[in-house]
Amino acid sequence: MATPTLRIGAGAGFQGDRFEPAVVLAEQGNLDYLVLECLAERTIALAQKSKLGDPAMGYDAFLRRRLEPLLPLIKKRGVRLVTNMGAANPAAAGRIVIEIARQMRLAIKVAVVTGDDVLAQLSPDTRIIESGRPLRTYANVISANAYLGVEAMLPALASGADVVITGRVADPSLFLAPIVHHFGWRLDDWMRLGQGTVVGHLLECAGQITGGYFADPGKKDVPDLAHLGFPLAEVQVDGSAIIGKVAGTGGVVNFATVKEQLLYEVTDPAAYVTPDVVADFTQVRIEGVGTDRVRVSGGIGHARSETYKVSIGYQAGFRGEGEISYAGQNALARAELAGRVIDERLREDFPDLRLDYIGCNSVHGKSFAPHSVPYEVRLRAAALAATRAQAERIGEEVEALYTNGPAGGGAARKHLTEVIGIVSALLARSEADSKVTVLESDPHHETV
Amino acid sequence: MKLYELAHCRAGDKGNTSILSLIAYRSEDYPLLLQKVTATAVQQHLAGIVSGSVRRYEVAGLAALQFVCEQALLTGVTTSLAMDTHGKALSSALLEMEIA
Repeated sequence: MATPTLRIGAGAGFQGDRFEPAVVLAEQGNLDYLVLECLAERTIALAQKSKLGDPAMGYDAFLRRRLEPLLPLIKKRGVRLVTNMGAANPAAAGRIVIEIARQMRLAIKVAVVTGDDVLAQLSPDTRIIESGRPLRTYANVISANAYLGVEAMLPALASGADVVITGRVADPSLFLAPIVHHFGWRLDDWMRLGQGTVVGHLLECAGQITGGYFADPGKKDVPDLAHLGFPLAEVQVDGSAIIGKVAGTGGVVNFATVKEQLLYEVTDPAAYVTPDVVADFTQVRIEGVGTDRVRVSGGIGHARSETYKVSIGYQAGFRGEGEISYAGQNALARAELAGRVIDERLREDFPDLRLDYIGCNSVHGKSFAPHSVPYEVRLRAAALAATRAQAERIGEEVEALYTNGPAGGGAARKHLTEVIGIVSALLARSEADSKVTVLESDPHHETV
Repeated sequence: MKLYELAHCRAGDKGNTSILSLIAYRSEDYPLLLQKVTATAVQQHLAGIVSGSVRRYEVAGLAALQFVCEQALLTGVTTSLAMDTHGKALSSALLEMEIA
Protein backbone atom coordinates (compact mmCIF):
# COMPACT_ATOMS: atom_id res chain seq x y z
CA MET A 1 0.00 0.00 0.00
CA ALA A 2 1.23 3.48 -0.82
CA THR A 3 2.19 5.37 2.32
CA PRO A 4 0.42 8.72 2.71
CA THR A 5 3.57 10.82 2.36
CA LEU A 6 6.41 10.29 -0.07
CA ARG A 7 9.78 11.82 0.81
CA ILE A 8 12.05 12.76 -2.11
CA GLY A 9 15.41 14.46 -1.76
CA ALA A 10 17.43 16.30 -4.42
CA GLY A 11 21.08 15.34 -3.97
CA ALA A 12 22.56 17.14 -6.99
CA GLY A 13 21.30 19.87 -9.29
CA PHE A 14 24.01 19.96 -11.92
CA GLN A 15 26.97 17.94 -13.12
CA GLY A 16 29.51 19.69 -10.93
CA ASP A 17 27.34 20.00 -7.84
CA ARG A 18 28.70 19.47 -4.33
CA PHE A 19 28.94 15.89 -3.07
CA GLU A 20 28.32 16.10 0.66
CA PRO A 21 24.69 17.34 0.76
CA ALA A 22 23.46 14.13 -0.89
CA VAL A 23 25.17 12.09 1.83
CA VAL A 24 23.48 14.20 4.52
CA LEU A 25 20.11 13.69 2.82
CA ALA A 26 20.62 9.92 2.49
CA GLU A 27 21.69 9.65 6.14
CA GLN A 28 19.25 12.00 7.82
CA GLY A 29 16.46 12.77 5.37
CA ASN A 30 14.34 9.70 6.15
CA LEU A 31 13.92 9.53 2.38
CA ASP A 32 12.05 7.19 0.08
CA TYR A 33 13.90 8.49 -2.98
CA LEU A 34 17.12 10.39 -3.59
CA VAL A 35 17.40 12.00 -7.02
CA LEU A 36 20.69 13.19 -8.54
CA GLU A 37 20.25 15.51 -11.54
CA CYS A 38 23.64 15.89 -13.22
CA LEU A 39 23.13 16.27 -16.94
CA ALA A 40 23.37 19.51 -18.91
CA GLU A 41 22.90 19.78 -22.67
CA ARG A 42 26.57 20.38 -23.34
CA THR A 43 27.54 17.59 -20.92
CA ILE A 44 25.69 14.90 -22.85
CA ALA A 45 27.24 16.01 -26.16
CA LEU A 46 30.74 15.84 -24.64
CA ALA A 47 29.88 12.46 -23.11
CA GLN A 48 28.79 11.21 -26.53
CA LYS A 49 32.17 12.28 -27.91
CA SER A 50 33.99 10.37 -25.23
CA LYS A 51 31.83 7.29 -25.98
CA LEU A 52 32.83 7.53 -29.65
CA GLY A 53 36.45 7.33 -28.52
CA ASP A 54 35.79 4.40 -26.14
CA PRO A 55 32.47 2.49 -26.15
CA ALA A 56 32.84 1.82 -22.40
CA MET A 57 32.86 5.56 -21.62
CA GLY A 58 30.28 8.31 -22.02
CA TYR A 59 28.71 8.19 -18.56
CA ASP A 60 29.12 10.93 -15.96
CA ALA A 61 32.74 11.37 -14.90
CA PHE A 62 31.68 11.73 -11.24
CA LEU A 63 29.61 8.50 -11.19
CA ARG A 64 31.95 6.58 -8.89
CA ARG A 65 32.73 9.56 -6.69
CA ARG A 66 29.03 10.32 -6.11
CA LEU A 67 27.79 6.75 -5.73
CA GLU A 68 30.52 5.12 -3.65
CA PRO A 69 29.54 6.92 -0.44
CA LEU A 70 25.82 6.68 -1.23
CA LEU A 71 25.33 3.01 -2.13
CA PRO A 72 25.86 1.57 1.38
CA LEU A 73 23.68 4.32 2.84
CA ILE A 74 20.72 3.88 0.51
CA LYS A 75 20.89 0.12 1.02
CA LYS A 76 20.93 0.54 4.80
CA ARG A 77 18.14 3.15 4.85
CA GLY A 78 15.94 1.65 2.16
CA VAL A 79 16.27 4.69 -0.10
CA ARG A 80 15.93 4.29 -3.86
CA LEU A 81 18.29 6.34 -5.99
CA VAL A 82 17.33 7.88 -9.34
CA THR A 83 19.90 9.62 -11.53
CA ASN A 84 20.59 10.73 -15.09
CA MET A 85 24.32 10.13 -14.62
CA GLY A 86 24.09 7.55 -17.41
CA ALA A 87 24.60 10.55 -19.72
CA ALA A 88 25.47 9.20 -23.18
CA ASN A 89 25.98 5.63 -21.95
CA PRO A 90 23.46 4.52 -19.27
CA ALA A 91 24.24 0.84 -19.91
CA ALA A 92 27.93 1.33 -19.08
CA ALA A 93 26.96 3.41 -16.04
CA GLY A 94 24.73 0.57 -14.84
CA ARG A 95 27.63 -1.86 -15.12
CA ILE A 96 29.87 0.50 -13.12
CA VAL A 97 27.27 0.70 -10.33
CA ILE A 98 27.13 -3.10 -10.25
CA GLU A 99 30.93 -3.20 -10.09
CA ILE A 100 30.95 -0.79 -7.14
CA ALA A 101 28.26 -2.83 -5.38
CA ARG A 102 30.23 -6.05 -5.83
CA GLN A 103 33.39 -4.43 -4.45
CA MET A 104 31.36 -3.36 -1.42
CA ARG A 105 29.59 -6.72 -1.20
CA LEU A 106 26.21 -5.07 -1.50
CA ALA A 107 23.18 -6.72 -3.12
CA ILE A 108 22.09 -3.96 -5.48
CA LYS A 109 19.61 -4.07 -8.31
CA VAL A 110 20.07 -1.47 -11.05
CA ALA A 111 17.53 -0.56 -13.73
CA VAL A 112 18.91 1.18 -16.81
CA VAL A 113 16.64 3.32 -18.98
CA THR A 114 17.76 3.72 -22.60
CA GLY A 115 16.18 5.05 -25.77
CA ASP A 116 16.87 8.76 -25.44
CA ASP A 117 19.66 8.54 -28.04
CA VAL A 118 17.69 9.25 -31.22
CA LEU A 119 20.49 10.31 -33.54
CA ALA A 120 19.78 7.36 -35.84
CA GLN A 121 16.04 8.12 -35.97
CA LEU A 122 16.37 11.77 -36.98
CA SER A 123 15.80 12.44 -40.65
CA PRO A 124 18.29 14.83 -42.31
CA ASP A 125 15.24 16.96 -43.12
CA THR A 126 14.36 17.43 -39.45
CA ARG A 127 13.68 21.13 -38.87
CA ILE A 128 15.91 22.84 -36.31
CA ILE A 129 13.77 25.06 -34.09
CA GLU A 130 16.29 27.87 -33.47
CA SER A 131 17.28 28.45 -37.10
CA GLY A 132 14.44 26.94 -39.13
CA ARG A 133 17.08 25.12 -41.17
CA PRO A 134 17.12 21.36 -41.81
CA LEU A 135 19.43 19.20 -39.70
CA ARG A 136 21.56 18.30 -42.73
CA THR A 137 22.89 21.87 -42.88
CA TYR A 138 24.66 21.30 -39.55
CA ALA A 139 28.10 19.75 -39.96
CA ASN A 140 29.71 17.64 -37.23
CA VAL A 141 26.57 16.65 -35.32
CA ILE A 142 27.67 14.51 -32.37
CA SER A 143 24.54 13.78 -30.40
CA ALA A 144 20.75 13.89 -30.47
CA ASN A 145 18.92 13.02 -27.29
CA ALA A 146 15.18 13.07 -26.70
CA TYR A 147 13.95 14.33 -23.35
CA LEU A 148 12.19 11.19 -22.13
CA GLY A 149 9.63 11.41 -19.36
CA VAL A 150 7.83 9.47 -16.64
CA GLU A 151 6.46 6.88 -19.04
CA ALA A 152 9.96 5.65 -19.94
CA MET A 153 10.98 5.46 -16.28
CA LEU A 154 7.97 3.65 -14.80
CA PRO A 155 9.06 0.12 -15.81
CA ALA A 156 12.43 0.79 -14.16
CA LEU A 157 10.71 1.77 -10.91
CA ALA A 158 8.30 -1.18 -11.17
CA SER A 159 11.30 -3.55 -11.36
CA GLY A 160 12.02 -2.79 -7.72
CA ALA A 161 15.52 -1.59 -8.55
CA ASP A 162 17.56 0.16 -5.84
CA VAL A 163 19.15 2.41 -8.45
CA VAL A 164 17.55 3.77 -11.62
CA ILE A 165 20.00 5.13 -14.20
CA THR A 166 18.91 7.15 -17.18
CA GLY A 167 20.39 9.26 -19.94
CA ARG A 168 18.47 12.31 -21.11
CA VAL A 169 15.21 12.63 -19.18
CA ALA A 170 13.44 15.94 -18.55
CA ASP A 171 14.69 17.17 -15.19
CA PRO A 172 11.27 17.42 -13.45
CA SER A 173 10.38 13.93 -14.72
CA LEU A 174 13.23 12.44 -12.65
CA PHE A 175 11.21 13.49 -9.59
CA LEU A 176 7.71 13.05 -11.01
CA ALA A 177 8.33 9.41 -11.96
CA PRO A 178 8.74 8.19 -8.35
CA ILE A 179 5.66 10.22 -7.35
CA VAL A 180 3.54 8.70 -10.14
CA HIS A 181 4.90 5.23 -9.36
CA HIS A 182 4.30 5.54 -5.63
CA PHE A 183 0.78 6.92 -5.74
CA GLY A 184 -0.29 5.04 -8.86
CA TRP A 185 -1.38 8.15 -10.74
CA ARG A 186 -2.68 7.74 -14.26
CA LEU A 187 -0.53 9.15 -17.06
CA ASP A 188 -3.47 11.26 -18.24
CA ASP A 189 -4.27 12.71 -14.82
CA TRP A 190 -3.12 16.12 -16.07
CA MET A 191 -4.08 18.03 -12.93
CA ARG A 192 -1.98 15.87 -10.63
CA LEU A 193 0.86 15.60 -13.15
CA GLY A 194 0.83 19.40 -13.32
CA GLN A 195 1.20 19.76 -9.56
CA GLY A 196 3.76 16.92 -9.44
CA THR A 197 5.75 18.77 -12.09
CA VAL A 198 5.74 21.86 -9.86
CA VAL A 199 7.39 19.73 -7.17
CA GLY A 200 9.90 18.27 -9.63
CA HIS A 201 10.75 21.69 -11.01
CA LEU A 202 11.26 23.09 -7.51
CA LEU A 203 13.66 20.27 -6.64
CA GLU A 204 15.59 19.88 -9.89
CA CYS A 205 18.26 22.48 -9.12
CA ALA A 206 18.80 21.13 -5.61
CA GLY A 207 20.37 23.92 -3.49
CA GLN A 208 18.78 26.68 -5.58
CA ILE A 209 15.64 26.37 -3.45
CA THR A 210 17.37 26.12 -0.08
CA GLY A 211 19.28 29.38 -0.34
CA GLY A 212 21.88 28.61 -2.98
CA TYR A 213 22.20 31.23 -5.71
CA PHE A 214 20.08 33.52 -3.54
CA ALA A 215 22.19 35.33 -0.95
CA ASP A 216 22.73 39.10 -1.23
CA PRO A 217 24.26 40.33 2.04
CA GLY A 218 22.05 42.74 3.93
CA LYS A 219 19.21 42.24 1.50
CA LYS A 220 18.65 38.49 1.23
CA ASP A 221 20.71 36.86 3.94
CA VAL A 222 21.25 33.11 4.04
CA PRO A 223 22.45 31.51 7.28
CA ASP A 224 25.45 29.20 7.10
CA LEU A 225 25.68 29.19 3.31
CA ALA A 226 28.94 27.23 3.58
CA HIS A 227 27.01 24.19 4.82
CA LEU A 228 24.06 24.60 2.44
CA GLY A 229 21.63 21.72 2.83
CA PHE A 230 19.79 20.34 -0.20
CA PRO A 231 15.99 20.14 -0.36
CA LEU A 232 13.54 17.37 0.28
CA ALA A 233 9.85 17.30 -0.51
CA GLU A 234 7.17 15.57 1.53
CA VAL A 235 4.64 14.81 -1.18
CA GLN A 236 0.97 14.03 -0.55
CA VAL A 237 -1.29 11.87 -2.73
CA ASP A 238 -2.76 14.99 -4.37
CA GLY A 239 0.74 16.14 -5.35
CA SER A 240 0.90 19.01 -2.87
CA ALA A 241 4.17 19.03 -1.00
CA ILE A 242 6.10 20.59 1.81
CA ILE A 243 9.57 21.71 0.70
CA GLY A 244 12.11 21.55 3.49
CA LYS A 245 15.64 20.48 4.33
CA VAL A 246 17.48 18.43 6.93
CA ALA A 247 17.53 20.19 10.30
CA GLY A 248 20.93 21.62 11.20
CA THR A 249 22.09 22.15 7.61
CA GLY A 250 22.78 25.64 6.31
CA GLY A 251 20.54 27.63 4.02
CA VAL A 252 16.95 28.75 4.13
CA VAL A 253 13.62 27.72 2.61
CA ASN A 254 11.14 30.59 2.49
CA PHE A 255 8.62 32.24 0.16
CA ALA A 256 11.36 34.11 -1.68
CA THR A 257 13.55 31.06 -2.37
CA VAL A 258 10.53 29.04 -3.49
CA LYS A 259 9.27 31.80 -5.81
CA GLU A 260 12.69 32.31 -7.43
CA GLN A 261 13.00 28.63 -8.16
CA LEU A 262 9.39 28.21 -9.29
CA LEU A 263 9.89 30.83 -12.02
CA TYR A 264 13.45 29.77 -12.88
CA GLU A 265 13.89 29.17 -16.63
CA VAL A 266 10.13 29.12 -17.22
CA THR A 267 9.33 30.67 -20.62
CA ASP A 268 5.57 30.68 -20.02
CA PRO A 269 4.30 30.29 -16.45
CA ALA A 270 0.94 29.06 -17.80
CA ALA A 271 2.49 26.46 -20.11
CA TYR A 272 5.58 24.70 -18.82
CA VAL A 273 6.09 21.92 -21.33
CA THR A 274 7.55 18.59 -20.25
CA PRO A 275 7.24 15.13 -21.84
CA ASP A 276 4.57 14.34 -19.24
CA VAL A 277 2.23 17.32 -19.17
CA VAL A 278 1.86 20.99 -20.00
CA ALA A 279 1.95 22.39 -16.48
CA ASP A 280 0.39 25.68 -15.38
CA PHE A 281 2.20 27.39 -12.49
CA THR A 282 0.04 30.51 -12.36
CA GLN A 283 -2.33 29.26 -9.64
CA VAL A 284 0.38 27.87 -7.37
CA ARG A 285 -0.15 28.68 -3.68
CA ILE A 286 2.63 28.81 -1.13
CA GLU A 287 2.17 28.75 2.64
CA GLY A 288 4.69 28.76 5.44
CA VAL A 289 4.20 25.78 7.73
CA GLY A 290 7.22 26.14 10.01
CA THR A 291 10.89 27.06 9.98
CA ASP A 292 12.36 26.24 6.57
CA ARG A 293 9.13 24.50 5.56
CA VAL A 294 6.95 25.82 2.75
CA ARG A 295 3.83 24.07 1.49
CA VAL A 296 3.26 24.25 -2.26
CA SER A 297 -0.02 23.38 -3.96
CA GLY A 298 -2.32 24.51 -6.75
CA GLY A 299 -0.27 23.53 -9.81
CA ILE A 300 -2.47 22.31 -12.62
CA GLY A 301 -1.88 20.81 -16.05
CA HIS A 302 -3.11 20.10 -19.55
CA ALA A 303 -2.63 17.22 -21.97
CA ARG A 304 0.98 16.47 -22.90
CA SER A 305 2.53 17.10 -26.29
CA GLU A 306 2.73 14.18 -28.70
CA THR A 307 6.30 15.10 -29.55
CA TYR A 308 9.54 14.83 -27.63
CA LYS A 309 11.95 17.72 -27.54
CA VAL A 310 15.33 16.63 -28.86
CA SER A 311 18.58 18.32 -27.90
CA ILE A 312 21.21 18.16 -30.66
CA GLY A 313 24.89 18.80 -30.05
CA TYR A 314 27.40 19.67 -32.77
CA GLN A 315 31.08 20.48 -32.76
CA ALA A 316 31.59 24.20 -33.15
CA GLY A 317 35.36 24.47 -32.94
CA PHE A 318 37.39 25.94 -30.11
CA ARG A 319 37.29 29.12 -28.07
CA GLY A 320 40.61 30.68 -27.17
CA GLU A 321 40.75 33.23 -24.36
CA GLY A 322 43.42 35.32 -22.68
CA GLU A 323 43.29 37.78 -19.77
CA ILE A 324 45.70 40.27 -18.23
CA SER A 325 45.26 42.86 -15.45
CA TYR A 326 46.27 46.53 -15.10
CA ALA A 327 45.99 48.49 -11.84
CA GLY A 328 46.43 51.92 -10.30
CA GLN A 329 46.61 55.31 -12.04
CA ASN A 330 45.61 55.21 -15.71
CA ALA A 331 44.76 51.48 -15.46
CA LEU A 332 41.89 51.70 -17.93
CA ALA A 333 43.97 53.60 -20.51
CA ARG A 334 46.73 50.99 -20.34
CA ALA A 335 44.21 48.13 -20.61
CA GLU A 336 42.64 49.84 -23.63
CA LEU A 337 46.05 50.29 -25.25
CA ALA A 338 46.67 46.58 -24.70
CA GLY A 339 43.30 45.89 -26.33
CA ARG A 340 44.20 47.96 -29.41
CA VAL A 341 47.53 46.13 -29.69
CA ILE A 342 45.81 42.72 -29.48
CA ASP A 343 43.29 43.90 -32.05
CA GLU A 344 46.04 44.86 -34.50
CA ARG A 345 47.88 41.59 -33.94
CA LEU A 346 44.86 39.26 -34.26
CA ARG A 347 41.89 40.90 -35.99
CA GLU A 348 42.89 39.91 -39.51
CA ASP A 349 42.88 36.19 -38.65
CA PHE A 350 40.00 36.39 -36.16
CA PRO A 351 37.34 38.79 -37.50
CA ASP A 352 34.98 38.00 -34.59
CA LEU A 353 37.63 38.76 -31.94
CA ARG A 354 35.96 40.07 -28.79
CA LEU A 355 37.62 42.38 -26.28
CA ASP A 356 36.21 43.00 -22.81
CA TYR A 357 37.42 45.18 -19.97
CA ILE A 358 36.62 43.22 -16.83
CA GLY A 359 35.60 45.57 -14.06
CA CYS A 360 34.04 47.98 -16.59
CA ASN A 361 31.86 46.39 -19.25
CA SER A 362 32.59 42.69 -19.58
CA VAL A 363 29.39 41.22 -18.22
CA HIS A 364 26.70 43.51 -19.59
CA GLY A 365 28.53 45.23 -22.44
CA LYS A 366 27.73 48.55 -20.84
CA SER A 367 27.97 49.86 -17.36
CA PHE A 368 25.00 51.00 -15.34
CA ALA A 369 27.46 53.18 -13.39
CA PRO A 370 29.35 54.83 -16.30
CA HIS A 371 31.24 57.46 -14.31
CA SER A 372 32.96 55.22 -11.81
CA VAL A 373 36.71 54.78 -12.26
CA PRO A 374 37.90 51.31 -11.33
CA TYR A 375 41.21 50.86 -9.52
CA GLU A 376 41.97 47.77 -11.58
CA VAL A 377 40.91 46.57 -15.02
CA ARG A 378 41.40 43.20 -16.64
CA LEU A 379 41.58 42.90 -20.41
CA ARG A 380 39.99 39.79 -21.86
CA ALA A 381 40.34 38.67 -25.46
CA ALA A 382 38.29 35.82 -26.93
CA ALA A 383 37.73 34.30 -30.35
CA LEU A 384 36.48 31.12 -31.97
CA ALA A 385 38.62 29.03 -34.28
CA ALA A 386 38.26 25.80 -36.20
CA THR A 387 41.28 24.13 -34.63
CA ARG A 388 42.80 23.94 -31.19
CA ALA A 389 46.12 25.34 -32.45
CA GLN A 390 44.47 28.41 -34.01
CA ALA A 391 42.43 29.09 -30.87
CA GLU A 392 45.57 28.90 -28.72
CA ARG A 393 46.95 31.97 -30.50
CA ILE A 394 44.52 34.20 -28.56
CA GLY A 395 45.98 33.29 -25.18
CA GLU A 396 49.52 33.34 -26.57
CA GLU A 397 49.20 36.92 -27.79
CA VAL A 398 47.70 38.07 -24.48
CA GLU A 399 50.47 36.40 -22.52
CA ALA A 400 53.03 38.06 -24.83
CA LEU A 401 51.76 41.45 -23.62
CA TYR A 402 54.11 40.93 -20.67
CA THR A 403 57.10 42.04 -22.73
CA ASN A 404 55.32 43.37 -25.81
CA GLY A 405 52.53 45.50 -24.31
CA PRO A 406 51.84 48.48 -22.02
CA ALA A 407 53.45 48.98 -18.61
CA GLY A 408 52.43 47.06 -15.55
CA GLY A 409 50.43 44.18 -16.99
CA GLY A 410 50.12 41.26 -14.58
CA ALA A 411 48.37 37.98 -13.83
CA ALA A 412 48.06 36.86 -17.47
CA ARG A 413 46.06 33.66 -17.96
CA LYS A 414 45.13 31.73 -21.06
CA HIS A 415 42.32 29.31 -21.56
CA LEU A 416 41.02 26.98 -24.27
CA THR A 417 37.52 25.45 -24.47
CA GLU A 418 36.06 22.94 -26.87
CA VAL A 419 32.83 24.53 -28.10
CA ILE A 420 29.68 22.46 -28.43
CA GLY A 421 26.73 24.07 -30.18
CA ILE A 422 23.29 23.03 -28.97
CA VAL A 423 20.10 23.26 -31.01
CA SER A 424 16.77 21.50 -30.71
CA ALA A 425 14.08 19.77 -32.73
CA LEU A 426 10.86 17.84 -32.16
CA LEU A 427 10.34 14.11 -32.68
CA ALA A 428 7.09 12.13 -32.63
CA ARG A 429 6.87 10.13 -29.41
CA SER A 430 6.39 6.94 -31.41
CA GLU A 431 9.85 7.42 -32.97
CA ALA A 432 11.69 7.03 -29.66
CA ASP A 433 11.64 3.52 -28.18
CA SER A 434 12.61 3.46 -24.56
CA LYS A 435 13.81 0.27 -22.92
CA VAL A 436 14.63 -0.85 -19.39
CA THR A 437 17.40 -3.34 -18.57
CA VAL A 438 17.78 -4.73 -15.06
CA LEU A 439 21.19 -5.73 -13.63
CA GLU A 440 21.97 -7.28 -10.24
CA SER A 441 25.21 -7.33 -8.31
CA ASP A 442 24.57 -10.93 -7.31
CA PRO A 443 25.84 -12.64 -10.50
CA HIS A 444 23.43 -15.57 -10.13
CA HIS A 445 20.41 -13.33 -10.46
CA GLU A 446 21.28 -11.18 -13.43
CA THR A 447 18.33 -10.58 -15.71
CA VAL A 448 18.23 -8.65 -18.97
CA MET B 1 14.79 54.39 -6.52
CA LYS B 2 16.21 51.27 -8.13
CA LEU B 3 14.13 48.13 -8.62
CA TYR B 4 16.68 46.49 -6.35
CA GLU B 5 14.95 48.13 -3.37
CA LEU B 6 11.57 46.53 -4.09
CA ALA B 7 12.16 43.22 -5.78
CA HIS B 8 14.47 40.30 -6.29
CA CYS B 9 15.31 38.48 -9.49
CA ARG B 10 16.82 35.24 -10.78
CA ALA B 11 17.97 34.82 -14.38
CA GLY B 12 17.69 31.61 -16.36
CA ASP B 13 18.38 30.67 -19.97
CA LYS B 14 16.96 28.54 -22.75
CA GLY B 15 19.13 28.67 -25.84
CA ASN B 16 19.47 32.29 -26.81
CA THR B 17 16.55 33.37 -24.61
CA SER B 18 17.06 34.91 -21.20
CA ILE B 19 14.31 34.56 -18.62
CA LEU B 20 14.20 37.07 -15.78
CA SER B 21 11.85 36.80 -12.84
CA LEU B 22 10.98 39.91 -10.87
CA ILE B 23 9.49 39.18 -7.47
CA ALA B 24 8.22 41.86 -5.11
CA TYR B 25 9.51 41.52 -1.54
CA ARG B 26 6.16 42.91 -0.33
CA SER B 27 2.98 42.07 -2.21
CA GLU B 28 1.75 45.67 -1.76
CA ASP B 29 4.52 46.78 -4.15
CA TYR B 30 3.31 44.47 -6.90
CA PRO B 31 0.90 47.03 -8.45
CA LEU B 32 3.80 49.50 -8.80
CA LEU B 33 5.92 46.88 -10.58
CA LEU B 34 2.96 46.09 -12.80
CA GLN B 35 2.66 49.75 -13.72
CA LYS B 36 6.31 50.72 -14.11
CA VAL B 37 8.14 47.63 -15.27
CA THR B 38 6.51 47.09 -18.62
CA ALA B 39 7.97 44.93 -21.38
CA THR B 40 8.89 48.13 -23.24
CA ALA B 41 10.63 49.60 -20.21
CA VAL B 42 12.68 46.43 -19.76
CA GLN B 43 13.58 46.38 -23.45
CA GLN B 44 14.84 49.97 -23.22
CA HIS B 45 16.72 49.30 -19.99
CA LEU B 46 18.50 46.28 -21.45
CA ALA B 47 19.10 47.87 -24.87
CA GLY B 48 22.49 46.73 -26.15
CA ILE B 49 22.17 43.45 -24.27
CA VAL B 50 18.83 42.09 -25.46
CA SER B 51 18.26 42.56 -29.17
CA GLY B 52 15.03 40.58 -29.60
CA SER B 53 11.56 41.03 -28.20
CA VAL B 54 10.66 41.10 -24.51
CA ARG B 55 7.44 39.39 -23.36
CA ARG B 56 6.03 39.97 -19.90
CA TYR B 57 3.94 37.47 -17.93
CA GLU B 58 2.05 38.41 -14.79
CA VAL B 59 1.90 35.95 -11.91
CA ALA B 60 -0.27 37.85 -9.44
CA GLY B 61 -0.46 34.99 -6.95
CA LEU B 62 3.30 35.23 -6.40
CA ALA B 63 3.44 39.05 -6.72
CA ALA B 64 5.84 38.41 -9.56
CA LEU B 65 6.50 39.30 -13.18
CA GLN B 66 8.36 37.13 -15.64
CA PHE B 67 10.31 38.64 -18.56
CA VAL B 68 11.21 36.43 -21.49
CA CYS B 69 13.92 38.17 -23.52
CA GLU B 70 14.66 36.82 -27.00
CA GLN B 71 18.09 37.09 -28.61
CA ALA B 72 19.78 38.18 -25.47
CA LEU B 73 22.88 38.28 -27.68
CA LEU B 74 25.56 38.57 -25.06
CA THR B 75 24.07 35.56 -23.38
CA GLY B 76 22.62 32.17 -23.97
CA VAL B 77 24.12 30.81 -27.13
CA THR B 78 26.51 27.97 -26.42
CA THR B 79 28.85 29.30 -29.08
CA SER B 80 28.89 32.83 -27.65
CA LEU B 81 32.14 34.66 -26.97
CA ALA B 82 30.59 36.58 -24.09
CA MET B 83 31.99 36.34 -20.58
CA ASP B 84 28.67 35.33 -19.04
CA THR B 85 27.46 32.95 -21.72
CA HIS B 86 24.35 31.99 -19.75
CA GLY B 87 23.41 35.55 -18.85
CA LYS B 88 23.31 34.57 -15.19
CA ALA B 89 24.23 38.09 -14.06
CA LEU B 90 21.39 39.73 -16.02
CA SER B 91 19.33 39.53 -12.83
CA SER B 92 21.51 42.28 -11.40
CA ALA B 93 21.19 44.33 -14.60
CA LEU B 94 17.40 44.28 -14.37
CA LEU B 95 17.45 45.38 -10.73
CA GLU B 96 19.53 48.43 -11.75
CA MET B 97 16.43 49.90 -13.41
CA GLU B 98 15.37 53.25 -11.94
CA ILE B 99 11.70 53.58 -11.12
CA ALA B 100 10.24 56.86 -9.89
